[in-house]
Amino acid sequence: MYVAQLTLPERRAALALACLVAGLGLTMAVLGRDDLLGTHGALVIACGVVVAIVVMRGFYAPSPSPERLSSYYDDPTRAGIVFAMIWAIVAMAVGDWVAWLLVSPDLTFDAAWSSFGRLRPVHTSGVIFGFGGNALIATSFYVVQRTSRARLPDQVSPWFVLLGFNLFCILAASGYLMGITQSKEYAEPEWYADIWLVIVWVAYFGLYLRTLARRKEPHIYVSNWYYLAFILVVAVLHIVNNLAVPVSLGHAKSYSAFAGVQDAMTEWWYGHNAVAFFLTSGFLGMMYYFMPKRAGRPIFSYRLSIISFWGITFMYMWAGSHHLHYTALPQWVQTLGMTFSLMLLVPSWASATNALLTLNGAWHKVRDDATLRFMMTAAVFYGLTTFEGSFMAIRPVNSLSHYTDWTIGHVHAGALGWVALITFGSLYSIVPSLWGKRAMYSPRLVEVHYWLAIAGTLVYVISMWNSGIVQGLMWRTYNDSGTLAYSFVDSLVAMHPYYVMRAVGGLLFLIGTVVGAYNIWRTMRTPALAEIGDFAEAPARAAPTLAAAE
Amino acid sequence: MFGFHYRLERHALRFVIAVILVAGIGGFVEIAPLFTISETVEAAPDMRLYTPLEVAGRNIYMREGCYACHSQMIRTLRDDVERYGPYSLAVESKYDHPMLWGSKRTGPDLARIGGKYSDEWQVAHLQDPRAVVPESKMPSYAFLGRTPLKTSDLGLHLKALRKVGVPYTGEMVANAPADAYGQAAPDSPYAAGVAQRYGEATQVRAFMGRQGDPTEMDALVAYLQVLGRLTDVAKAQQAQAAE
Ligand code: HEC
Repeated sequence: MYVAQLTLPERRAALALACLVAGLGLTMAVLGRDDLLGTHGALVIACGVVVAIVVMRGFYAPSPSPERLSSYYDDPTRAGIVFAMIWAIVAMAVGDWVAWLLVSPDLTFDAAWSSFGRLRPVHTSGVIFGFGGNALIATSFYVVQRTSRARLPDQVSPWFVLLGFNLFCILAASGYLMGITQSKEYAEPEWYADIWLVIVWVAYFGLYLRTLARRKEPHIYVSNWYYLAFILVVAVLHIVNNLAVPVSLGHAKSYSAFAGVQDAMTEWWYGHNAVAFFLTSGFLGMMYYFMPKRAGRPIFSYRLSIISFWGITFMYMWAGSHHLHYTALPQWVQTLGMTFSLMLLVPSWASATNALLTLNGAWHKVRDDATLRFMMTAAVFYGLTTFEGSFMAIRPVNSLSHYTDWTIGHVHAGALGWVALITFGSLYSIVPSLWGKRAMYSPRLVEVHYWLAIAGTLVYVISMWNSGIVQGLMWRTYNDSGTLAYSFVDSLVAMHPYYVMRAVGGLLFLIGTVVGAYNIWRTMRTPALAEIGDFAEAPARAAPTLAAAE
Repeated sequence: MFGFHYRLERHALRFVIAVILVAGIGGFVEIAPLFTISETVEAAPDMRLYTPLEVAGRNIYMREGCYACHSQMIRTLRDDVERYGPYSLAVESKYDHPMLWGSKRTGPDLARIGGKYSDEWQVAHLQDPRAVVPESKMPSYAFLGRTPLKTSDLGLHLKALRKVGVPYTGEMVANAPADAYGQAAPDSPYAAGVAQRYGEATQVRAFMGRQGDPTEMDALVAYLQVLGRLTDVAKAQQAQAAE
């Protein structure tokens, strides 16, 4: 049905692109026939062929009516939401599975693919890129059109971006299971997947700029600043951190261009800013659009949003070295990292405050509407997590927290409490209208999801705080005689109950996600109201006007 | 200032350039000098290179995600040093493309694990960690002992490493598969060349207790046994400081 919306030349272009991808896959399969690269080549061929078949099946459908040009193009957003939810379920399930592996490590069936070390990146890449990335791409298409009052410039490139990005995610996740990894945390995919992502990203950036160029609003709305920063800076980080030399064109394996201390600094400059520009900037873009929309209130302060935007964009990039306190990284870099991490609290809290004050006058809605409550809670978690992050960047605190589960707790306070909650809130607020429905299939289930998500997050984070602090303290406790009081294994035994608790918390959160996906699916399936999404009734124009708070 | 911004946000391209400039400064100031300031990495004239077998073992360590549970970076903290040995120096991972400093200690630090245990212990532990340490949370890696090591393309691996700056010689590249075989088969004619090319301190042993075509287990144990032993500068420097 999506193909029918494409014009004939667009169908041809889509078919050509799909064949091109299959051709790339064939090249990989031939060059890498003695290596795992060949397997990935076959996978790429399969993906290209599937898309080609889909396009061909709709190839001779009647041409779309020209009226489509007077409404927004939301098909890719719809598909992106579905992808995001699929990835969410898969990747969170893998995450909970590895949590149980730490409770009961023999659940690996004596196989290679099922051990903790291979599954963990499937979880991290799956949630960050699969769930988060798809949600960002889908909502960015939605938001940029409405805040610019312009339709996406064509109907092929958004699909190229969305499907190409998912191809990257599939290569990543399947690669880890087979043992293809660069081992750089959060940048594990190998060189060919990295190059592919660059191509997709360039198309994404171009698409964004082309849409902005068509805008009928003189100003670029705040959300788009954040989405733009997300696209741009992630590109820079990705390219620099992934510089590598492949063993040969027929090998999946490559060797990183950097080594040792320079590599460590580059990696955490990347790693920390993946948090900043993927998991913060992009989702702030979401928040700045969907939260005021849902609350029916303009953004509290335009000036605060400027300060926080540039503060975050400037300062985050300095903060990565706080991942390397007390290591072989020169001290001056560590000190810079700590200093900027502390200063970062200012723009972070400016954003959180701006979000929460936007709700002034709408608190009764927060009470009654779980969707808005998702977003409000996300803003609270954002504030708490950024505070905790600055705190943990202080050297003496870090000497205790680093290498322990406290870090894992911190990350999940951000990932579950902030990223996932703001995403669910945003999705719930657009899914009904995107599928032409008045409301979600079941507001009760949204409520259930909310409480499962909150309970899961709290259980998870609290158990990891406890285990992290216990662990950190046990490692540094001395006897009266001046020797270390506990062996490593003693600390391991002390972790066990917290590991059980964490896995239960994760399970609660996962169940909530499944409930949400079910609710979204049922909403899609209920009989439609009417076509909506025309400029005429575009609700975006009621969107927070920039000058409102001036 | 806000007036300026009011105008800036009307031009997409100017906005893009501003973002790149503002975001670029931090990384540039922190990373570029690490390549140019020579004190960043200490001198270690006795530094050895990883042998082909150790390179292969290191690749298995990455492939299996051991770094997700083990760090290789001893911090300059008293309890870290007393638990794991002299704190890590930058030079010790000078040839590590990429570094494996890690970020999480679900298991202990491994920066100086080389020589702490016997080969038999390492093999038994990797095969079934809980048979050795009943409380362990580590996965079992028994399949490594059943999987033959692919050595045929190790020359290409060394070549790629040479491109990124590890000083492997042409002779090392040419003999890589034979050296990998020889290092785990001390009685074979290939063994002598290994010590000759990579230094007398190279550990040439049957890591799994039997000679012949090496397995992935041989490679991984060879790598674990060399961790922290490529150079003695850390020990020497810190022993001197203690005096
Ligand atoms: C799920 C986390 C996890 C993964 C993945 C993991 N380990 Fe471990 N490892 C542990 C734990 C926990 C211990 C401490 C208990 C023990 O000795 O088994 C440990 C201990 C060790 C030790 C002994 C350290 C000492 O000083 O006593 C070595 C060596 C080791 N692991 C090597 C490896 C290698 C090699 C890999 C990858 C093939 C690996 N580990 C993967 C968790 C892990």
